[in-house]
Parts: sequence; structure tokens; C-alpha cells
Amino acid sequence: MEKLTRYIIKRVLLAVLTVFIICALTFFLMHAIPGGPFNREKALSATTIAALNARYNLDKPLPEQFLIYVRELLKGDFGVSLKNGREIGTIIKESFPISAKLGLLAVTVALTCGTVFGCLAALTRNRLPDRLIVFFSTLFTAVPSFIFATLLLLVFSIQLGWVPVWSATSHSYILPVIALAAYPMAYTTRLAKTSMLDALDQDYIRTARAKGVHRWKIIFKHALRNSLIPVITYAGPEIAYIITGSMVIETVFTVGGIGSQFVLAITNRDYTMIMATTIFLASLMVIANLICDLLYKAVDPRIQYD
Amino acid sequence: MDNYEHLLSVQDLHTSFFTANGEVQAVNGVSFNLDKGKVLGIVGESGSGKSVTAYSIMQILAETGRITKGSVLYKGDDLTKWSEKQMSAFRGGGCSIIFQDPMTSLNPVFTVGNQIEEAIKLHTKMRGKQATARALEMLKLVGINEPEKRLKQYPFELSGGMRQRIMIAMALVCEPDILIADEPTTALDVTIQAQILELMQDLQKKLGMAIIMITHDLGVIAELCDEIIVMYGGRVCERGTADEIFYNPHHEYTRGLLRSIPNAGNMKQRLVPISGTPINMLNMPKGCAFCPRCDAAMKICLEQVPEELTINDSHKASCWVNVRDAMMQKKEVQE
Amino acid sequence: MDIKYDANGMPKKSPLSMQIDLSKFDKATDEEKRQQDVMSQSTTFFRDGMKRLMKNPLAVISMILLVVIIVTIIVVPMIVPYGYSEILSVNGRRDKGAKNMPPFTYSEMEQEYIANGGTRFPHIFGTDEQSRDYFVRVIYGTRVSLAVGFFASIIVLLIGMIYGSISGYMGGRVDLIMMRIVDIIYSLPDMLMVILLSVVFKETIKLPAGSALSALGPNMISLFIVFGLLYWVGMARLIRGQILSIKENDYVLAAKAIGAKSGRIIRRHILPNCISVIIISTALQIPSAIFTESYLSFIGLGVQAPMPSLGSLANYAREGLQSYPYKLVFPALMICLIVLSLNLLGDGMRDAFDPKLKR
Repeated sequence: MEKLTRYIIKRVLLAVLTVFIICALTFFLMHAIPGGPFNREKALSATTIAALNARYNLDKPLPEQFLIYVRELLKGDFGVSLKNGREIGTIIKESFPISAKLGLLAVTVALTCGTVFGCLAALTRNRLPDRLIVFFSTLFTAVPSFIFATLLLLVFSIQLGWVPVWSATSHSYILPVIALAAYPMAYTTRLAKTSMLDALDQDYIRTARAKGVHRWKIIFKHALRNSLIPVITYAGPEIAYIITGSMVIETVFTVGGIGSQFVLAITNRDYTMIMATTIFLASLMVIANLICDLLYKAVDPRIQYD
Repeated sequence: MDNYEHLLSVQDLHTSFFTANGEVQAVNGVSFNLDKGKVLGIVGESGSGKSVTAYSIMQILAETGRITKGSVLYKGDDLTKWSEKQMSAFRGGGCSIIFQDPMTSLNPVFTVGNQIEEAIKLHTKMRGKQATARALEMLKLVGINEPEKRLKQYPFELSGGMRQRIMIAMALVCEPDILIADEPTTALDVTIQAQILELMQDLQKKLGMAIIMITHDLGVIAELCDEIIVMYGGRVCERGTADEIFYNPHHEYTRGLLRSIPNAGNMKQRLVPISGTPINMLNMPKGCAFCPRCDAAMKICLEQVPEELTINDSHKASCWVNVRDAMMQKKEVQE
Repeated sequence: MDIKYDANGMPKKSPLSMQIDLSKFDKATDEEKRQQDVMSQSTTFFRDGMKRLMKNPLAVISMILLVVIIVTIIVVPMIVPYGYSEILSVNGRRDKGAKNMPPFTYSEMEQEYIANGGTRFPHIFGTDEQSRDYFVRVIYGTRVSLAVGFFASIIVLLIGMIYGSISGYMGGRVDLIMMRIVDIIYSLPDMLMVILLSVVFKETIKLPAGSALSALGPNMISLFIVFGLLYWVGMARLIRGQILSIKENDYVLAAKAIGAKSGRIIRRHILPNCISVIIISTALQIPSAIFTESYLSFIGLGVQAPMPSLGSLANYAREGLQSYPYKLVFPALMICLIVLSLNLLGDGMRDAFDPKLKR
């Protein structure tokens, strides 16, 4: 057990280091822009400039600015949006829950459906279900999510009118979730199929048969546990994908989540917003990876704690 | 049902694998009998069909494999005609098998105890604490130290020798009539090999099951076996007691084998390996499978598969050389 | 002859009970023995793999499709008389009525022109909102996307290969440190970094005017830079793994014993064995790069207008989606075809060259 706690601590420290590096990178990159992140196209009033200077300590040397920035971040103060002057922290608090719901739904759908389809394909090898599943999963790994999203929007919301377009009152998650989950689900399906086939090929399956274990028990007990391992390993990158994917999906479906805010910030050159959101999203990814890594241990007892 | 001749009787077994490249005829007419409490040894190179014969008996062939001809009688009942349910009960209950590589043969994500108790729960009515107790009993029987600790460990935490002992424990926990050991010592160190063999002999005396010992190691065979069959190209070349096979071989392949390994018989002579490479089972020849590599090959060997002929009460062989020798002897007698 | 009976009452077959022609007992010649022995043909690894690849219908179709696409994008600009940024004009006059035309239609001005005896190349994909021929734009977009995908993958390949082979070959502390760096880079969220860098480079990089680079725009340059900085880690790990497993092989030891230098050993012995892995990995990297590029274009961080890329075309198509759906369909179809073929080809190659599958 002692080894386990040491490992957890090590991974957490590594995660913190990564987030710190990201903060530093983001901060210094933003300030590498000529004129700094506060270079605006339209002239701002003197009071605004003074307020910004005071707020962001622009007269202090850069490294010191960075440290102040980090300190503020830890206190929960993300700064102020250049575009409309609102507290970024508030913006995040408003928009994140929507994105979180969207993301969690997508992850769940992708992982569960992917695993189920993948195992189904492995078990009905070369027969109709397998061929259909392979066809669709290959297809979906070739379509970029935003194109799929746009097509879905076109067909189901605009032309057929089955699903209402997202608005303040009507929150229809079904299309965005499908668009977001399509690629990860397809990938998971292929992964699950391969690893299930792999597992079924192993010697220990032969031993189980030789012991007299019944066919379904072999699949669900002996093979499944082993074949889930690669799928869980992929969960980390999958979450990262969904976070980045949500940006375009939210934009296409005009969902007011944090992803679309990020895209808007880029279009508007709202640098403070870009900085804060990048750090926020990146931290999310790092935390997600950390959780997946630790979860992975629970499934595969062989992993060495190095 | 109780009136059977042999515990296990394999009769003219033919097994093939139907692959993308064609039909691989792995077993081509193998017959043998096994009686209660006896030890049968099957010797042959890799690819001679020994393992496939065993898998055919237990019906654990790969998807592409099938028994194409022949029968396997267990206590007089032909198990090639059995349902899946009957086979499941037979596997592990009537007959168990242990494999060559204990590392890959044990499921890495379950504890040892879990895997042994699974076998117990499948074939007996024991559950819970009872099953655990039985598992412990078995571990002690196969000579594993600290059995309570081992039950909770995973296969990767144990040494090769210990894993093989676990495999043996798992195979014998339901007291099967037959134990098939497919190259049980090949993947182990030499010192551990001796231990495992001793263990098997010991267990056989205690539990009284029949054993089919499959190996390519002649030394292992000599120690344990009541009867030996030598296989090549999916066929039985020769069968007999250890003494007969070793000191009175009547098949060119057996002779070749004995010449190529050091034993008491050839200590002063040079070792002569068998030339050529093992036969390709995709295209079985018309005649004797060993012919292309045989120094004494004759024209008839190319055309006809030799029939099995009796040498003496405890010895049979399938080789045309015996027929030639007998005929020459007869000629001499007549002259 | 004595015939003995065994316990079952069957005649025991003794050697003497057979009736056989004596001449058959002459020794068989070596020639005759060899005829019996049918061995499977041995081929080289490469030829074997290619043979298997050719038998895979999907892979073959993909290869053909890719070749067709590549030929098309080379040939079409030579045939179609419109430029990708050229606003349509008839007889030197701007054709204002040629906006957003569906495929294969002509504007009023053009129809008049044809009625008067002129010839006008058909607008196969119609036109876009700035009166530019859409077919040419899609073709150029494909060029850009493919080129970006290809070069990005090459960058990844080169850096990854060099880094991975040094790390794998050196081993020890060098390897440990190099891999730690890889771990840290690996844990950075790549997409966010790409976006960040793109935003920064857009403002900072000034490119020489008129060059190909400036036509692509600073965003593409930043894409290449980011690929060079971040994306090579996967390839490096792969190569290092291969090298670690090959390093211990005997023939490497033999080469060392003769006195071959490290660089030579890496080049001549180790890398050729990784070739199949490298090719497959690169083939699968290209679609990934194309996705990244189209994603960036979609957000507005892609190639500089007016140069089209498939991603930016898809983005522009969002306006007026209901009225002109074809503007989305064509670039979308193109992306899908390219990515699908590359994926299928990569998969096919992996199946064909994977030694484990040789049952």
C-alpha cells in the first residue's frame, strides 16, 4: 500500500508541474505578442487603460507579473475579459456547467457504446453484425467532428426540423452529444474489438476452456477484464479530444458553453480570455488524465508502480 | 456403460485445421488405449501432432480445427458425439490438461485462488469457505509453501516452477480420471523440471489417475511411462514399453532420434542428427511421412503408408524396413 | 507362415503376412525422396507483405483512390481556366451575378456570352459567395490539406526518428532523461498549445511577401512549428521501442564486434527493421494532421484567405447552409475520401506486414 501512495503522490506532483508549465507557457506566449495582450484595435478610454494597468500590474517586470497572475489564479481570480469587461471567473462559472454536461454525456456514450459494439463485433466475427459495425466505425473515424455536426444540424434541425436549434429556453443535447461522441465511439469500438479478439486468442482462455468453463462465462469473465485495459488507457486522450472537440461543436450548434466562449475569444482577440480559458481547459485535461491513470491501476494488477 | 475395455480409447483419429492456406492435416490416423492408473508417453518433434491429439481428446481445438474422422471413447462412450454441456463437465472433471507455458496459461488479472476455486465450483458442489479450504488442500498437496498467502497472489508474482505447480493443482483439484500433461517441463529450468516430474509421479501414486505425458524429451519419458508412442507427421510410428523403444527400436525415425541424442546406448559414438526439416502438413505425401528424411528409404516407402505390425507382445511398429528384414530372414531360413 | 491371433481374435499382423513385390524394397534415390518433400516457398518479408496487401480489396481501392486524387489535383488546374482566388468576369467585366451558383449553372452574363458564340468552362461545383469557381477552390483546398498533412507528417517522422533512435540506442541515463522530456511534452494538451501558438504567431511572424509561405499564411507555419515541437513524441516512443528490442539482437552485436560505429549500426541494421512500423505510422499520421489543419481552419486559425483549405471551405459554407448545402458537401466529401483511404491503406498495411498474423 505504501508503494501505491508513493505512486499517487508522484503522479499528482507531475500533474501540478504540468499545469504550472502550461500556465507559464500561456502567460509568456501571450506577452510575446508585440504590444502585449492588451494591444487593442480600437482605442480605449484613459480610465479603462488605467484600470487595466492597475488590475494587471503592467508596470511591473514580466516575471513578477507572472507570479502575481498565478497567485490571483489560485485565489480564483481569472482576470477580466477584454471584450466586455466582465469577470472571466463569472463567465466560466456560467458556461462551464453546460459544457460539463455535454462532455460527460459524450464520454459516457462513447465509452459504453464503443465497448459494447466492439465486443459485439469481436464475438460475431465476420458475420453481419461485425461487418456493419466495422463499416460504420471506419466511416466515423474519417469524418471530422465539425463537419458531422454541421451536417447533423443541416439535416435534423434545419431541413427536417425534428430537433430544435439550441436557444436560451430549449436545450437539446442530443445532436451535440452525437456529433461529439461519434469519433471517440468509433475509435473505442475498433479498439475494443481488437483487444477482445486478442484476449480470446490468449493461452489462458484455452486453460479456461480446458477447465470446463462455459462459453459465455469465458467471454464475460476471462476475456472482458483483459480487453477493457486498452480501452481504459484510451479514456484519457478521449477526454482531451472531447474537450477540444466541444469547442467546435458548441460553435456549430450555438451552445453557450465554455468551448464556444473560447472560440469567440480567439476570433475577437480577447487575450485575457484566451489565457484564462486555456489554463482552465488544460488543467481539466491534466486532471482527467491523472484520474484515468489511477483508474487504470485498479483494473490491471500487473502495472508496476515506478 | 460400466463395461468398458479401456478408460480412454482413441481410434483412428484424424484432425485437420482448415486455414486460409488450405487443410493442415495435423493428425492422420492415431490410435491408442489408456487404462486406469497407467502412464502413456507421447514422443515426437514439434509439429508431429502430439498436442493436437491431446486437444482433440479434450475438444479444445482452435476455431479452424475439427476432428474429421475416428472416435474417442471415454469409458466406452464416444465423446466426439457429445453435446457441449457434456464436454464442459468432462473438461476438468473427467479429464484435465496442463500446458507448456504456465505464465501465459494463467489469467493475469485474477488471483490464483480465484482461478482454482473456479474449477472447484464448476465440477463440485463446494462453495465459499469449503471451496477455499479445498483449494488450500490442493496447494499443500503440490508442495507450495505458504499456501494461504499464495491464494491471494497474482500469477506474475510467482516463479515459473510455482506457476506450474498451480496449474497442476488446478487440474487435479476435481480428481479427474485422466491428466494430460502437454510438455509440462519444457519451459522450466532443468532443476525445476526434475522437481515437477517427481511431483507428478508422487501425485499419480496418491491419486491414481492415468496420465498422458506429451514431450519431445526422451529422458523424461523413460522415467515415468508404462507405454510410449512415437509420433511423426501426425501418425504413430512405433509403440511399446520404454525398454522396447529404447533398446529395441523398430522404426527408422526412432532410431534416428536415439542416434541424435546422448544416451547410455551410444556413449562411445558420434551423435548423428536427423537430416532435413519437419514435414509440411499442408501436403501430406502418399507414402510414409518420414521418407524424405530417412536414410533407409525404399521405393515402397514412397508409395504406401506402412501398416502397423506386431514385433512382439509389447511392441508394434509401422515401418517397411521391418517387413524387408522379416522377408530377408525368411529367405535365409529357406536357403 | 505363422499367423498369430491377439486377444480380440484378430489376426496379428506380423511382418511376414504381407504379400509384396520384392523389387519395392530397393532403396529409394535422393531424387525420389526430394519429390515427396514439398516445402513452402520462402520469400522475403517485403514481397510477402506486398502480396498480402494486394489481396486486400479495401487497401487496393484506397491506393487507387489516392492516386486518382493526386493526379486530379495536379492536372485540374491545368485544364480548368479559373484561378482559386479569381472573381469571375466575362469579357473583362466583373460578373456580379455569379454568386453562389449551384453546380453546372451559368450566370446571366455567362449565358449571354455563350449565346453570342463564346465558350465557357462549366462550373462543376458551382460558385461561392465571392463569385469564385468552387471546383477550383476545392481542388486547391485539397492540395493545401494534403500538402500540409504530408509535410507535417514528414516533420514528425524526421524529428521522432532521430530523437527516438538516439535515445533508444544510447540507453542508460541519456535515454532516461530524454524519455522524461518526452513524458512531459506528451502530457501537454496539444490542441490547446497549437491554438495558442497559432494565435501568437499570427501577430508576431512577418513573412516575406509573395513567397509560397506567405500565401499559406503564418497560421500554417505555426502549424508546422507546433508539429515539430509537440507531435513527434509518439513516433519517438515507437522508434525507441523498436530499437530497444532490436538492439539486443545478435547481428547488432556482431556488427559492433567488427568495429562498426554507432551511426552506421543505427542506419544499416536497426532502421531497416523499423521501416514497416515507420511507414504505417506515417500513413496514419497524415489524416491526423489533416484533421488538425481543418479544425484550425474551422476556428479561423487556418490558412490565410484567399487560399482555400478544405477546413476553411467547410467553415465558410456554414453561412447560408440551408440555401447552398453543396458548399459544405463537396469539401466534406473530399476530406472524408482522403482520410478514409489513408486510414484503410494504413490499416491494410499494418495487417499485411504484421509478422504476428502469419499463422
